[in-house]
Amino acid sequence: MTAQVKDRIAGIYADGWSRIVATMIRFTGGDWDLAEECAQDAFTKALQRWPESGVPDQPLAWLTTTARHRAIDRMRRASNEAAKLREVAAMDLEPPPYLSDGEIPDERLELMFTCCHPSLNLDAQVALTLRSLVGMSTAEIARAFLVPERTMGQRIFRAKQKVAHAGIPFRVPPGHLLPDRLPAVLHVVYLLFNEGYGDPQKARLCREAIRLARVVTKLMPDEPEAQGLLALMLLHDARRPARVDPAGDLVTLDEQDRTLWDQAQIAEGATICERALRQGRAGPFQLQAAIAACHATAPVAAQTDWPQIVGLYAHLARIAPSPIVELNRAVAIGMVSGPEAALRLVETIAESGQLNDYYLLHATRADLLRRAGRAEDAADHYRSALDLAPSEAERRFLRNRLRPH
Amino acid sequence: MKYLMLVCTDPNYTPGQDDGAPDVEDWVEEMDGKGIRLMGNRTRPASDATTVRVRNREVLLTDGPYAETKDQIAGFDILECADLDEAIDVASKHPMAWAGMIELRPFWPDDED
Repeated sequence: MTAQVKDRIAGIYADGWSRIVATMIRFTGGDWDLAEECAQDAFTKALQRWPESGVPDQPLAWLTTTARHRAIDRMRRASNEAAKLREVAAMDLEPPPYLSDGEIPDERLELMFTCCHPSLNLDAQVALTLRSLVGMSTAEIARAFLVPERTMGQRIFRAKQKVAHAGIPFRVPPGHLLPDRLPAVLHVVYLLFNEGYGDPQKARLCREAIRLARVVTKLMPDEPEAQGLLALMLLHDARRPARVDPAGDLVTLDEQDRTLWDQAQIAEGATICERALRQGRAGPFQLQAAIAACHATAPVAAQTDWPQIVGLYAHLARIAPSPIVELNRAVAIGMVSGPEAALRLVETIAESGQLNDYYLLHATRADLLRRAGRAEDAADHYRSALDLAPSEAERRFLRNRLRPH
Repeated sequence: MKYLMLVCTDPNYTPGQDDGAPDVEDWVEEMDGKGIRLMGNRTRPASDATTVRVRNREVLLTDGPYAETKDQIAGFDILECADLDEAIDVASKHPMAWAGMIELRPFWPDDED
């Protein structure tokens, strides 16, 4: 019984924390610390009481009401300060009417746009998002980003101070600001995902990023890029079990065991991606998701629809040009038209000098040279890639390629 | 909320980047009219500045600005805005946001002196 209740509370925490914090930020007039403290307090009370009393029918309402009572209590006690007294006097201190779960306003989007306001630096946006929306503790966030807990605590403290002092509004930006502001939110979510994707120890960040993207798509159903991001992450995440072999080595896409892929998640990602693209406002996330869907829905690597991938990369290069997109386009061209055609594009990228320190430029070039039968040139570029590779797993992979087969 | 809007020159600015920048007179007229701009002025260059410090009850003066930076304050405005988003919008319409840079500093609230 108790273990079951604890599991249910954990489930309610995962979705409910940010909703209660958002409601409480509004309720306290922008006091983030008090809002979090009251939300924490409500969950602590739930953990104490629910194992005996059972989980209430409307758990979110119970938690919100408990958090509000706590806030009123705290504000009353603080009312010896003149400023607080005026605030409290202006508020209705009667216990708020009991709302059902369905009546609790969902202000998670407001919270998300506030956490990701571009006047905060990116590190602050990420930290604030993990604390307020995901409900991770300062210690957990510090571990995820390999910084001392004290440093992370100060970062979150400063970010909250800036939100309050600089007058960052707690709202979903009006339409004319959305084209600037929504990408900032999506960027932070994708950054969390990528942070978790490279490291099995941080898999939680991927789950939380997907959960946040689901919130955005649910509350902003008319934003195809939000759907594109959700689809992209679902499609990547579905391949997670096959990305690393039992020895911890990276497995390339074409060599992955496709039976390990999560087919239900791939189907969901592909459906969301299609639905987004049908709105006729293709953006970088939707196109990347469409490319990921081409890979993920191929029954075997040899049946990958490379011509379509070439077209998608060309589209992506038009709306969001970058040398990395060009490099990926070259790889796709190599699969359709052969290594020589791809090498011409790779050489153009190399001449631009923009990716000279990027190991995948050299690794890709080496791979194409190998396939074109130019083994010696290939070896030179594998060695350059080896010098620049960022992790041991990648270096092992490249050393294997250098070994004569 | 009140914001101090510091209008600064940008040493890295290259002419031509401000094509289409709004006119400063229009900006002043619009923001005065909306009750957003409470006051403001251009300031003389840093070479005309005097820095004042009192140390051991002695008034110490320095010829020039307090900090040797290449970007210099060219003027200031005091804004009354609903929130930071409005202040950013107002600042981005000022021609010196195009040809220089603008720093927004929120005021301490009146009752927290």
